[in-house]
Amino acid sequence: MKSHVIVFPGSNCDRDVAVAIKNISGHQPQMVWHKEMSIDQSDLIIVPGGFSYGDYLRCGAMASTSPIMQDVVKKAKEGVPVLGICNGFQILIESGLLDGALMRNSSLSFICKDILIKAKNQNSVFTKNAQVAKMPIAHNEGNFFVTSEQLKKIQDNDQIAFQYCDESGNVSEHSNPNGSLENIAGILNENKNVLGMMPHPERAAELAHGCEDGKTIFESILN
Amino acid sequence: MLAKIYITLKKDVLDPQGSVIANSLKSLGFNNIEDVRQGKFIEVKLNAENKETANKQLNEMCEKLLANLVIEDYKVEID
Repeated sequence: MKSHVIVFPGSNCDRDVAVAIKNISGHQPQMVWHKEMSIDQSDLIIVPGGFSYGDYLRCGAMASTSPIMQDVVKKAKEGVPVLGICNGFQILIESGLLDGALMRNSSLSFICKDILIKAKNQNSVFTKNAQVAKMPIAHNEGNFFVTSEQLKKIQDNDQIAFQYCDESGNVSEHSNPNGSLENIAGILNENKNVLGMMPHPERAAELAHGCEDGKTIFESILN
Repeated sequence: MLAKIYITLKKDVLDPQGSVIANSLKSLGFNNIEDVRQGKFIEVKLNAENKETANKQLNEMCEKLLANLVIEDYKVEID
């Protein structure tokens, strides 16, 4: 098992996700600085959360032009699993690997709290163990939007990975923290090997975090 | 050559910041406000042979990086 974590100036969840992967798989991921031109053979590439480039222009826009992203896009198109968390999700959208846009939260506030999500697609490499899971969100721009044509496409192709829900798994306006269309918390690409999600599974991955629900996502990929 | 680029949210995309600004303006007594939309303004200085070449390049810049075409429209003006 070889995994890689991309590090941009302003990434701040890179170490957290590396610790989660090490604890769950026993393998130490390799950290890759964004100025590198390529990644070695990889079984999993993580684009971590943070505030790459200070969120200049649009969140993730600057990072999507970093040298390493060309190889991340190439590897993703070859089928390597790529997981983008929070700012990583924003970067994958800006790189063109995922559809849609992440706009400012409808409340106009930074939201940092535990939420519940459930997997809509339970067949992808990332979501096969997923049930209703609790983990934190911490973002200002997580309000997922797509055009109605794109929404139909991602619905028809089963690309909605996670939706914000309540404790019984009901998806409603009440359980939507940020105004995301269809309560979307994470989406997959057409081939289901690229996942972007706003919630932070690496921050709910050991007992000390107060919740271990995030482990299921890593276990789904790593085992 | 100096180019001015205006980036605005598409008409059918909600602009909560614009709504809050509109409410604040109304609270200042500007009661005739109908709608406010917030956008970005970017100036780009560049060397180009002529306006046509510059315009082509600037449109490409908007499409590749400066605007997110899922939610935003852009307009390029060259002085």
